[in-house]
Amino acid sequence: MTTGDLSTLLVWAATTAFTIAWIAYTVDLAGIVEAGQRRAGQRRASTSRARAVPAGVAVTAGAPVAVGAAGLVSGASADAVRPATVAAGGPDDNRVTAAADGGAADGPDGRSARSEGIARSTTYLGTALLIAGIVMRGVAAGRWPTANMYEFTLVGVLVASVVLTLVQRRRVIAFVGVVVLGITVLALAADLLLFYVKAEAVQPALQSYWLVIHVGVAISATGVFTVAFAASALQLLSAAREEGRSHLTGSWGAADGLRRPLAGWRVTGPRFAWLKQVPGPRNLEALSFRLNAVGFVLWTFTLIGGAIWAEHAWGRYWNWDPKEIGTFVAWVVYAAYLHARTTRGWNGRRAAYLVFAGYAVVIANFTLVNLFVSGLHSYSGLK
Amino acid sequence: MSGYRPEGLHDTFVPEHDADAAEPVLPAQDGAGELPAPGSPTLPSLGPVGWLRWAWRQLISMRVALLLLVLLAVAAVPGTLIPQRAQSPEKVASFLTNHPALGPFLDRIGMFDTYTSVWFSAIYLLLFISLVGCILPRTRAHVAALRGRPPRTPRRLTRFPAQGTGTSGDQPQVVVERAARVLRRGRWLPFWPAYRVDLHDEGAGTWSVSAERGYLRETGNLLFHLALVGLLVSVATGQVLHYRGQVLVVQGHGFANAEVAYSPFEHGRFYSSSSLVPFTLKLDQLDARFDPETDAARDFTAHVTVTAPGGGSSTDTIKVNHPLMVGGANVYLMGNGYAPDVTVKDASGSVAFAGPVPFLPQDTVYTSRGVIKVPDVSGGQKQIGLVGFLLPTGKEVAPGVWRSVSPQSDDPVLVLSVWSGNLGLDTGVPQNVYLLDQSRMTQSVDSAGKPVTLYVHPGQTVQLPDGLGSFTFNGLPRYVALDLRHDPALAFVLTFALLALAGLAASLFAPRRRIWLRAARDQGPTTVVSAAGLARGDDIGLQPELDRVLAATLGRREGPGEDTP
Ligand code: HEM
Repeated sequence: MTTGDLSTLLVWAATTAFTIAWIAYTVDLAGIVEAGQRRAGQRRASTSRARAVPAGVAVTAGAPVAVGAAGLVSGASADAVRPATVAAGGPDDNRVTAAADGGAADGPDGRSARSEGIARSTTYLGTALLIAGIVMRGVAAGRWPTANMYEFTLVGVLVASVVLTLVQRRRVIAFVGVVVLGITVLALAADLLLFYVKAEAVQPALQSYWLVIHVGVAISATGVFTVAFAASALQLLSAAREEGRSHLTGSWGAADGLRRPLAGWRVTGPRFAWLKQVPGPRNLEALSFRLNAVGFVLWTFTLIGGAIWAEHAWGRYWNWDPKEIGTFVAWVVYAAYLHARTTRGWNGRRAAYLVFAGYAVVIANFTLVNLFVSGLHSYSGLK
Repeated sequence: MSGYRPEGLHDTFVPEHDADAAEPVLPAQDGAGELPAPGSPTLPSLGPVGWLRWAWRQLISMRVALLLLVLLAVAAVPGTLIPQRAQSPEKVASFLTNHPALGPFLDRIGMFDTYTSVWFSAIYLLLFISLVGCILPRTRAHVAALRGRPPRTPRRLTRFPAQGTGTSGDQPQVVVERAARVLRRGRWLPFWPAYRVDLHDEGAGTWSVSAERGYLRETGNLLFHLALVGLLVSVATGQVLHYRGQVLVVQGHGFANAEVAYSPFEHGRFYSSSSLVPFTLKLDQLDARFDPETDAARDFTAHVTVTAPGGGSSTDTIKVNHPLMVGGANVYLMGNGYAPDVTVKDASGSVAFAGPVPFLPQDTVYTSRGVIKVPDVSGGQKQIGLVGFLLPTGKEVAPGVWRSVSPQSDDPVLVLSVWSGNLGLDTGVPQNVYLLDQSRMTQSVDSAGKPVTLYVHPGQTVQLPDGLGSFTFNGLPRYVALDLRHDPALAFVLTFALLALAGLAASLFAPRRRIWLRAARDQGPTTVVSAAGLARGDDIGLQPELDRVLAATLGRREGPGEDTP
């Protein structure tokens, strides 16, 4: 077996480990969902509470916002001017901490310590296998392994899984695990089955230390954006539940037949009761922002580094090549996001839409532009 | 707060009623005498000046900046889907022929020149005007703030997001002075004051300290935005001053740096031909390496000799990713190929053409297409055109079917068909040197009426059909395609880009914090210390920082407890 084959094998093994981790997170999430449904049933039987507002300290405009030390994230301060409802150190938080501290059996909230343990250790394992696979790949090709789409995806997945591990270190959020690992497994499978190319040396245009810097930073940015995207998605769900807003409750008029079977999936319903487990929308927003801020600086550097490299390799730092345009569009969308966050009426939910748009552009720029648009950046290695 | 704040910007440093006051965008805002009172809805009385000011306020508002950013992103997309003239003119041409109805319409609205079109330029220029209008007042306010002092300690410290309390046996003044020392001392750089600190004697034995840090955050933000303006200006400057020329150089040959040497040659509006330094450059040798298995390119190195205008010459190399700097310009290796060196003699036996003719590689094994045009035949004869392929390592894979099997010139063969007649070079219409205008030419055929094909190896001479003359394949030198480019603004573009990056990082990651600490004597001998912190934006480090300052001040975890009660 050659070193290249060994690398491929390791990547397959990593994919398997990530799949197990994904399943474990899904089981964990399902348990939480079920417990939520159970509790909702009990509650309906006893008292009727109108909305699922976490029982915490309800804080309104101008009053103190004391979330400092509690939870994974704090920093609701920027939003203090808005009428806000922030749970701070209430009973919910205590329960979550207790569970995260590792009770052996399943808690009343449905979290499964066993699933979370499996998820965590298989994520570590997958990450380690992936690192080994990438290193072997570099050895087989005799160069830094970020030269084509296959390798780019490998390293991008690695960054995402590392960021995921960091985010989950203190407090497991099963949903983020499910989203990120879902993307991870799909990306690895697509990578192995569709984008695979043999490990070999690169053409002269790629023989530059910029292959390490520019591409490496682009990959890191993509990985960070991926986790931020998951946080923003969760933020919207969490916000919709907190505000009791769902598109699936009202009638859809003529298309109502379509809606009814989906009604069980309304975000306000018992299936989403687990959302009480996760940090509130404002904390998720803050988490997403911090990740996006890091991602954006990295992306800016990708843009600048790419331009410097283009200047060396093609004799023009900017050529409106499809890849350059895609990078530029993503950059502008994320810049818009940063501005939206500080603009009244545009922060919160609408800012999250811009995160989705930005992430979609990043992914499209990677997949669609590589595969279907020809340009100077046609380095996927696929014919 | 007197400083300018963009509309809608959440600033937790500003009390809420202020935040709301900053919201309206009517020109009345800054209370100019002739304008309606703040909040007055009587818009019609604004007058033209008032409307202009209102429009200006709108333009520099965050909301409009946001809109323009989104618009810019959307406007940039079509350029990936529709071919662009600047990048691929041939694709634009074929699009126009394939879509006779849609094409001209798209052309009229600038869809083939998106990035220089009026609407695209309008968006980014408006954005930059908005940015300048937004950032200049902020800069002024920030410069003033840089000279300011931390705000006095608020009376109630309980309404801030970060809190802390403690007790000490020392006098309030001693405690507060110690806190000031802790706050001033930088955590990472001991000589770089971390906080700007003020002490306040609040009377009745109560002392407090107010501290502020993180002016770097706003500085970074302003730097970032101003650097973007610098970037735009330097890119534009480069555009009007630059020049770029393309030239093919065959091994053993050279060229002199003058406009006539290049084809094509393009330049900005304010370029002057005197900026071309008249050096000469000669290609001594091109080394090309390929992967033995896959034939993929591995290395190209052009060895050149450059002769300066003064006469001194030196040798150097040009590689992909390693342009050569000469005469204030960069020379890039853009491509390479083979240029068969041939001699054509006409029917009367005199040399009608001699020299290398560049052929264009079509694939990874350098199957190259080319045309040899021979207009200078002696008196009254037909002009000759030879069209066909060069196979660097030719192999007859089936009877009459030849293919190149390697990019290296191990066994080259020229496969040519022969045309004669009028090449059309004197019609005044510029011709593509790689295409033969067949409209006034006829192809030579054999007795069976089939087109004649010549297979010629280096060193061979063959007779041309129809008694046109003879053809000799002398050898197969390589050629390189070079781009010569001069852009005097490059250094500025890079500098502003890096400044923008640094400013961005500072504005996103430098924490902006205020910390207050008050020490008051209890009834007894203890001093009660309360502290509070406030940060701008999301700041997970605030509470830990407050805890650290408090601990250090009270001597809790800090080294030898010199002042523990
Ligand atoms: C070329 C267009 C622009 C780009 C690419 C851009 C980019 C950025 C970026 C990346 C940030 C992030 C830094 C941060 O969040 O602190 C930022 C912040 C900011 N921008 Fe812009 N910007 C542009 C135009 C404008 C305009 C026109 C305005 C004013 C109307 C503006 C006002 C601001 C303000 C006030 C902040 C700070 C927000 C905060 O305090 O967090 N920008 N900009």
